[in-house]
Amino acid sequence: MLNCIIVDDETAARTIVSHLCSQVDELNVIDEFPNAMQAIKFLNKNEIDLIFLDIHMPDFTGFDFIDSLKNPPKIVLTTSDRDFAIEAFEYDCIVDYLVKPITLPRFLKAMQKVENFKIPVVQKTAAPQEVKQEEASEKEMYVNIDRRLIKIVFDKIFLIEAKGDYILIKTEDKNYTVHSTLKKIEEKLPDSLFLKVHRSYIINIKKIVDIEDNSVLIARDVIPISRSNRPELMKRLNLL
Amino acid sequence: MEQPNLNYIKELSGGDAGFEKKLIGVVQAELPQEIAEYEGNMKEFAFAKAAENVHKIKHKLGIVGLEQGYVLAIAYEDELKEGKSTLKVEFDSILTAVIHFIKDL
Repeated sequence: MLNCIIVDDETAARTIVSHLCSQVDELNVIDEFPNAMQAIKFLNKNEIDLIFLDIHMPDFTGFDFIDSLKNPPKIVLTTSDRDFAIEAFEYDCIVDYLVKPITLPRFLKAMQKVENFKIPVVQKTAAPQEVKQEEASEKEMYVNIDRRLIKIVFDKIFLIEAKGDYILIKTEDKNYTVHSTLKKIEEKLPDSLFLKVHRSYIINIKKIVDIEDNSVLIARDVIPISRSNRPELMKRLNLL
Repeated sequence: MEQPNLNYIKELSGGDAGFEKKLIGVVQAELPQEIAEYEGNMKEFAFAKAAENVHKIKHKLGIVGLEQGYVLAIAYEDELKEGKSTLKVEFDSILTAVIHFIKDL
């Protein structure tokens, strides 16, 4: 018997997947969630064998959700997006990719794959950390906003979020939207203060309020922590 | 013009009338909300948000058997993301047909 959950913001989608699961004796739907955060809270306390997961959800996508899990179980993506198939199969835990509306024959085929699928055990080697030479006086940077160079003091930054072609810099005083990438700004920030915890977020580790397994609270923002970035964050906290 | 139908729901249910009723009820409740939100966003020219609405609506078009409508919704969602809305009239006429269809169920 496989215990599973369904994560999808659409009630119709959850209703359909739940019905499809009821057609397979080996599947036991434990719960359904309309958003990823609720599912993460559930998974922090419960073990599950399989997740039916929508990719396209507001605020927290299916991929964000997978990144936030320490040991993701088998996952079947259920989506109306055909464009993410390649990205999907970069994840070891993703078994299949079902395009909505899902039919019973296609669902049963996915369940056969689930039965035969084993999540590979991968030994990860940490990427060599870049050593940055920091000037003693390097306490701020300037960003170009509407043809003005605005000074931003590092100590005052809460976090930086990737927003497509832009980044959002949240500080104690104000939020700034800057045309840049997370990678570019990461090079400018002092390692001692900042850490990339997710592909879309860099945080100021001095501004952490608390950490709850797969997310970190910075001021009033709950930020997901990627599985791959979590060890580095924990290492930093131990140093504090 | 392609007409909404219950083919997908019937096939999915395998004759389970209770499930058919349940799913139709969910679509009847959820789709008008999604359409209202889509229309609100279009009025404000918030095309990116409207694309999100169309993304959800297109699944419902698939549920009521509109295969061509589903394909059109994919194209419309893509063009809304690019800030265009040339398929609006065609898409809206599909929505009108679907709303009439689900009201009569």
